[in-house]
Amino acid sequence: MAEPNHVAEPVSDPATPDAPRRPSAAAQMKPPSRTGDRVFLGFSSTVSVLMAVLVLVIFVFLVKAAIPALTDNDSNFFTTRTWSTDSSPLNFGIAALVWTTAISAIIALLIAVPLAIGVALFITQMAPKRLAGPVAFVVDLLAAVPSIIFGLWGSIVLGHFGFLNGVRSVLIAVLGWIPIFKETPSWSDVGGTIFLASIVLAIMILPIITATSRDVMEQTPRDQVEASLALGATRWEVIRMAVLPHSRSGIISGSMLGLGRALGETLAVTLILQQVSQMQLKRLFNPSIFTGGDTFASKIARDFPEALNDPKSLGALVASGLSLFVITFFVNAAARTIAERGVKR
Amino acid sequence: MAKRIEVKDLNIYYGGFHAVESVELTVEPRTVTAFIGPSGCGKSTVLRTLNRMHEVIPGAYCTGQVLLDGADLYGKGVDPVAVRRNVGMVFQRANPFPAMSIRDNVVAGLRLNGVKNHKALDEVAEKALRGANLWDEVKDRLDRSGASLSGGQQQRLCIARATAVEPEVLLMDEPCSALDPISTLAIEDLINELKEKFTVVIVTHNMQQAARVSDRTAFFNLKAQGEPGRLVEINATDKIFSNPTEKATEDYISGRFG
Ligand SMILES: Nc1ncnc2c1ncn2[C@@H]1O[C@H](COP(=O)(O)OP(=O)(O)OP(=O)(O)O)[C@@H](O)[C@H]1O
Ligand SMILES: [Mg+2]
Repeated sequence: MAEPNHVAEPVSDPATPDAPRRPSAAAQMKPPSRTGDRVFLGFSSTVSVLMAVLVLVIFVFLVKAAIPALTDNDSNFFTTRTWSTDSSPLNFGIAALVWTTAISAIIALLIAVPLAIGVALFITQMAPKRLAGPVAFVVDLLAAVPSIIFGLWGSIVLGHFGFLNGVRSVLIAVLGWIPIFKETPSWSDVGGTIFLASIVLAIMILPIITATSRDVMEQTPRDQVEASLALGATRWEVIRMAVLPHSRSGIISGSMLGLGRALGETLAVTLILQQVSQMQLKRLFNPSIFTGGDTFASKIARDFPEALNDPKSLGALVASGLSLFVITFFVNAAARTIAERGVKR
Repeated sequence: MAKRIEVKDLNIYYGGFHAVESVELTVEPRTVTAFIGPSGCGKSTVLRTLNRMHEVIPGAYCTGQVLLDGADLYGKGVDPVAVRRNVGMVFQRANPFPAMSIRDNVVAGLRLNGVKNHKALDEVAEKALRGANLWDEVKDRLDRSGASLSGGQQQRLCIARATAVEPEVLLMDEPCSALDPISTLAIEDLINELKEKFTVVIVTHNMQQAARVSDRTAFFNLKAQGEPGRLVEINATDKIFSNPTEKATEDYISGRFG
């Protein structure tokens, strides 16, 4: 409040020489009150410390719950595909869960990212205003669909969807020599397969990737766009020269958010995926996406009710949950690094 | 290569705002024409209609004709992209591509035109950078980002980028407003060289610069606040600066005018 006064002073009385007045002007300068700053600083640092403590507490709790099961495990936790925790000694490992979780999330990402970039480019760069709005709205609407609906729709409707079965047949015919796309006996359509789960996951993560991409694309500096236009760039060339380089790191972090969501998505995946029997799991490792399986999340959701009465079974599930935690943690860290590197360039 | 520009009854609008009214002017090939006038009178606006950059602003449009060697830029079926490949532009604010290296910035236009040969691109890049008086400063770091340069260097980079494609017409919007006197002189030398092959139109607030580089000078002004800008007078630069026809021009040039 003191500031406007002493700034105005020389103007209001220009005849008075400046120099002798200065000390009095300086004396008038009260230090501005910083109470608000202090309160805010105190509040926000308390909250951040509490958050860190909370994460730590959760982690410690989970580790404590998992230790008895892990010490009683007769098999290697990282390389074992089967899961048997009914009687001591336990025999369980996360190899199959890691694979199913990773492959379903990665395929979902491979489908969703190009689609999301395309939709975001369409909305921000190509569509006339009256089309862009509704398209953006519909995509945002997808984000509001509860995952149970995606699960029901995926397992009941999409499993018998002719188009997807057509895609499956083509993939098997063309790429079947790659183990990931190998045809698996007794899995004659997409119902219950990892492939179907990936498709549904892709639809589920599409909105978040589209929204982040759209936001960064809209922020493309006007002068970058004009620089490319003035060189005679077509619409696509403007996208290539100005929009995409500017949005790259944003698209990457959006994709990582989507990947995090796909890795942890539970309900939809549990409803869609059909399990593979322990015997089959034991006999051979089948990396094909045209078969069923369990992700970390679906495994925990399925087995949790029964495991509740048995601390060791529960501990084994907690151990697998922790593994998922660690994986998503690293995915997020990677996303952050990539995004920051993008900013620095 | 150089082309004659004829502007006929050009009216320019930003949505409902009539920014510039009834401009008539001719720019002869291989000459430099300077646009002068007070801020906000529409110099940039007129300049941007000469390569169809005006219409990229939402709601912006213009009426009238801009003829490049007799062909109307706004004629039916004329592709604005093709127009812009032939009529280059340097903007008021430097705008290099930050994700591209210095070298890639310079040859970005050539790449658009399909030139792929690395050696040819390198040669053009060096020539254009030398022309813009930037070569010595960047020759050791051509692979660094275009954004790593100082403001004045960035502007010279943009000038190199615009001249690298050897456009038929080069439009420059206050290209030297962020440059030191030495670079400014270098750019003025460059403009003098360019006019041997190209047609140049330059907007400037610097009277000495207009007097030094241009053959003809166009003076724009606002009739009154809120009214559209208009072309008051276009004439040989000597005449404009020694003996202008209009009183308003004389007032502006002699500084009796905001
Ligand atoms: N993008 C825009 N949208 C709406 N009006 C605009 C836009 N750009 C410029 N104008 C208006 O058009 C008029 C002419 O502006 P212009 O930028 O051509 O002036 P100028 O002569 O180049 O000024 P300066 O010397 O300051 O660069 C001004 O009244 C300005 O407010
Ligand atoms: Mg201007």
